[in-house]
Amino acid sequence: MKKMLYSQRLAPYFFIAPFVITLLGFWMLPLGRSIIMSAQEVLYGDATFIGADNYQRLVRDRVFWKSLFNSIRYMVLTLMLLIPVPMFLAAIINTRIGSPRIKNFVKASLFVPALTSVVVAGIIFRLMFAETGSGLMNQVIGFFGHGPVRWLRQDIPGLVALLALAMWRYTGVNVMYFIAGMQAIPEDYYEAASIDGASKIQQFFRITVPNLKPTLVYVTTISVYGGLAMFLESFMLYAGNNSPNNQGLTLVGYLYRKGIQENDLGFASAVGVVLLVLIMTINITHLTLTGTFKKEESR
Amino acid sequence: MSRTRRAATAAAAGLSLALLAGCSGGSDEGGGTNADGSVTLDMWVFAELHATYYEQMAEAWNEENPDRTIDLQVTVYPYDDMHNKLQLAVNSGTGLPDVVDIEVNKFSSFVLGENPPLADLGEAAEPYIDDIVQARLDLYSRDGVIYGYPTHVGAFVAFYNTTLLEEAGVDYTTIETWQDFQEAGATYHDETGSAFGVASTGTNFLEPLIISQLGGNLFADDGTVAVNNPEAVETLELLQGMQEAGAISTIPGGSPDTEEAYGAINNGDYAAVVYPAWYTSRFVDYMPDLEGDVAIAPAPVVEGAEVATIGGGGTGTAVPAASPDRELAADWLAFAKLSPEANVAVWELLGFDPVNMDVWQDEAVTHAEDNQFNQYFQTNLFDVLNQYQGEIGHFEGFTNPDWPSIDNTFTTVTLNEIFENGVPAEQALEQAQSDLRNELGQ
Repeated sequence: MKKMLYSQRLAPYFFIAPFVITLLGFWMLPLGRSIIMSAQEVLYGDATFIGADNYQRLVRDRVFWKSLFNSIRYMVLTLMLLIPVPMFLAAIINTRIGSPRIKNFVKASLFVPALTSVVVAGIIFRLMFAETGSGLMNQVIGFFGHGPVRWLRQDIPGLVALLALAMWRYTGVNVMYFIAGMQAIPEDYYEAASIDGASKIQQFFRITVPNLKPTLVYVTTISVYGGLAMFLESFMLYAGNNSPNNQGLTLVGYLYRKGIQENDLGFASAVGVVLLVLIMTINITHLTLTGTFKKEESR
Repeated sequence: MSRTRRAATAAAAGLSLALLAGCSGGSDEGGGTNADGSVTLDMWVFAELHATYYEQMAEAWNEENPDRTIDLQVTVYPYDDMHNKLQLAVNSGTGLPDVVDIEVNKFSSFVLGENPPLADLGEAAEPYIDDIVQARLDLYSRDGVIYGYPTHVGAFVAFYNTTLLEEAGVDYTTIETWQDFQEAGATYHDETGSAFGVASTGTNFLEPLIISQLGGNLFADDGTVAVNNPEAVETLELLQGMQEAGAISTIPGGSPDTEEAYGAINNGDYAAVVYPAWYTSRFVDYMPDLEGDVAIAPAPVVEGAEVATIGGGGTGTAVPAASPDRELAADWLAFAKLSPEANVAVWELLGFDPVNMDVWQDEAVTHAEDNQFNQYFQTNLFDVLNQYQGEIGHFEGFTNPDWPSIDNTFTTVTLNEIFENGVPAEQALEQAQSDLRNELGQ
């Protein structure tokens, strides 16, 4: 026993064991079960094999395509907003200008939304984006002389509300990633560049951005996943899973509606498998193109 | 192994055991009696007021049945959470309550298949069954087996804000048919410029009412969906016509039963609401400014209607078949929901129209002057209900296992298309029909 515990050869395996066990028990096993269940009709413990029936119904369901469209649209827009904006903010915070005390305060206040619960935030945002004239956002708009917007009842205003919630909540997290990445860039580069006469803007695009590549790859990967798997924000904003014309329904929301609300777990498993394939395709393509899988030397 | 390391190992082992124990949960699966001879019954509900009501009924039961006392533990969950939790519990077979409130639109999901996870409540209902509105028991029955007890009839009635109507010169007592309703609404709209009735996109309530009045259904005779049948099309065209005439308008929040809508109605933005009778409680609780302004009247009908009104909405209370104390739970539940004293409490506490018709005739109860509902409204709810003389219709579609799918499609897509986007009713229903057929594999 003692010999085994102190064995040099086995030690690495002991250290990775918790991860491997979690991966097998809580990821691979449910994943396998989902794939099996996606070919079954599941009813109170009885499962009947029905082949590709669930997938056929899925492809023909307009609501599925609608939710897929919503998820992809949300993902693309969050990528477009939640990468450049936090990067810009991080660059400002990372400069030597300004008092460090104020910058720390800004940093902290940007990060606070990430610590609040989505549930609470969703409820507050729903009240802010109420369609009556007395809602906060409508008062703001009214100040500029526009009529009340029926926020959560129309497609684009509803999307704006959802993106506002995402921006408010995740900007701080991404700023932290970028600050960490920027602080790892050696000062010498900037010094050399400024001696050569490069402007601040040139330095940002020629030094900061290329050196941030590992951070960018990481943030993009988790944002793709986060965007496509978004559920709770929409669920809280619309006070449930139903929204006018399903404008707020995401792929996970659709899965939840089918599996939990309508008790069609086999069908919901099929939705889950499609979501997995989609996310893996996007992310693996992206990671291969950015060279993450290449060996260290050849990078 | 050094002492510190041994201690650390022990701590780690203890922690993992504690974590594992946390998974198993601590509920008493075996049932059994408590020290004082009472039996603990766990109950889940999704409305705070219902909890108060059931606790009162548990006390009344314990007084009458000292040999079979119960210790009722009611847990209130939010609406969606409770139904989802129950769904997971019946699928996994563990962690079930002994008694549970299930909303009517969710009920079908729990009585699917050959072996529904709910207990047969027919026997416990025997002593009271003759006085109960049959249509409401049918709602929670499948193949002749009763799986749930109703809470109220929920007969559709019309609520009119008489103060507003008088200012516009509209007399609500002359409204009998939907045609009258439309004309009154158009007049009101022209006079005041504000909305009269409600075109609801978030609830599918007026549609079953009018379809039933026309003698139709949303399903074909073989039980498959038929949402584009002539009666359904006629109904939605009627409603769309009313919207075009200005008699009904969409409402903030999408249906009269939302927080935003309570504010709008309380504000006087809407003058008429046709809704099930339980909406009385929403007026009293959420629209205090309208006290004394609102009159209750019979819901409008179509010319030559098959039925005058139907029950709408509802909560079926069921006993999971896996409960070890299901017999006691069923007996108590029958007492708590079907007995005359329970039905008096349903009216006095909740303001609902009770399912026991005897109560409707009891003037001492229905016309009590200290009743908060009687004080609020200009007219008495039971004077209106008794005009129907027990003829409360039943919309067949409510009991179809596929009703939740129709309800979902209507409240998310179809009604929005019709009332918000102006899509012609027939076209929206054709689309709904093809979507539903695909979704249900029919």
